[in-house]
Amino acid sequence: MSRIRNDYENSLWCRLVRWVNGETNPFAGKMEMEPLRETEVVGDSVFNPDRLDKEKVEQYVEDMGRNKEMKAFRILYNLASVSLCLLLIAVLLLAVSWMPVLGDPNGPNNNEVSRRYVEQGMEESGAVNMVTNMILSYRGFDTFGETCVLFIAATCVIVLLRKNEEEIENARETDWKYEPKPDAILQKITLILVPVIFLYGAYIILNGHLSPGGGFSGGAMMGAGLILYVTTFGFHKTQRFFNEKTYDAVKVGALSLYSITMIYYFYTGANEIQNRIPLGTPGDILSSGMILPINIFVGLEVACTMYAFFALFRRGGM
Amino acid sequence: MEAFKTILLIFLIICAISASLMKNPLLSVIVFMSYSLVMSIIWFLLESPDLAITEAAVGAGVSSILFFVTLRKLKALSEGGQNEQDKK
Repeated sequence: MSRIRNDYENSLWCRLVRWVNGETNPFAGKMEMEPLRETEVVGDSVFNPDRLDKEKVEQYVEDMGRNKEMKAFRILYNLASVSLCLLLIAVLLLAVSWMPVLGDPNGPNNNEVSRRYVEQGMEESGAVNMVTNMILSYRGFDTFGETCVLFIAATCVIVLLRKNEEEIENARETDWKYEPKPDAILQKITLILVPVIFLYGAYIILNGHLSPGGGFSGGAMMGAGLILYVTTFGFHKTQRFFNEKTYDAVKVGALSLYSITMIYYFYTGANEIQNRIPLGTPGDILSSGMILPINIFVGLEVACTMYAFFALFRRGGM
Repeated sequence: MEAFKTILLIFLIICAISASLMKNPLLSVIVFMSYSLVMSIIWFLLESPDLAITEAAVGAGVSSILFFVTLRKLKALSEGGQNEQDKK
């Protein structure tokens, strides 16, 4: 049977808990407490005596010569952070030293799986670029999950940074603060650069199965081009061709088409039903079956997400 | 080629350390950007151009833009500038 102590608040454990939680007031019993004083307005300047008192107290607390406890804690914190960093570095280096040697023929990375990818990947999927082939067909499930993660992240940012209608009205009035100043040099160079960036992004997306790149990198490039256009010309001009409705339509459309394609892919792959999409000759643009449309959908999704992140962080709407 | 790789790796370490030690957040973001660019060259030398393109587009481009926007929202950039002007 445990008995209830009367002086629980003075017990060692309770004091330790309060000290850990930071609930103890360091000024209790040491300083005289006074109620808040009225602020005085002298001419244009506002005189607040409490703020002066606060600054005085902060100066007193920060004075290292008198506050021995704080000095000791500063040293302790620095030592603890340095030792924690060193410990982490040691653990990571130890983990790396246990890894198998690069290029070891008996290593776990040189098994029959990678050999099959390299030897029969082009016949089975029709893609010349082995990396895109692996990401979008052999490991398509992982990439599908990643795209869903991006979609959920963008949705969370929209939910967190969304503004209600009153705030949007206010934002429309103070929009000029966020709008860039019309800069002739920047605008001319952007007019030359943005089409090139878009063209290169589209090139990377469409050639994902032939050359390095693919949906994610090309989409990020197109998103960066959109961001460049917005920072130069402002949201008003961008909204003429890319507003929230376009964003919703493109994003949801791309993700659902992507899911439908992936479901068809999984179903025909797992149940030994013949895949009716022709693979084409490896090396052509219109080849490799599913990989080209999946690349396009991923690219649209990523471009929209990048632009949405920027627009939401910048002013909380598109 | 080995010497070039060594120089790049040393530059990478210098960038990584100085990005965390910079007092000014704007400079820190720019150093982080150069870290990403060096990293993308290293990816290319390691024969993975797919990763190099992604690192250049996301690491050096979009993520630093998001850093800049966040710093501007937090008013860290303007205050840092004012402090520097006061020191001068």
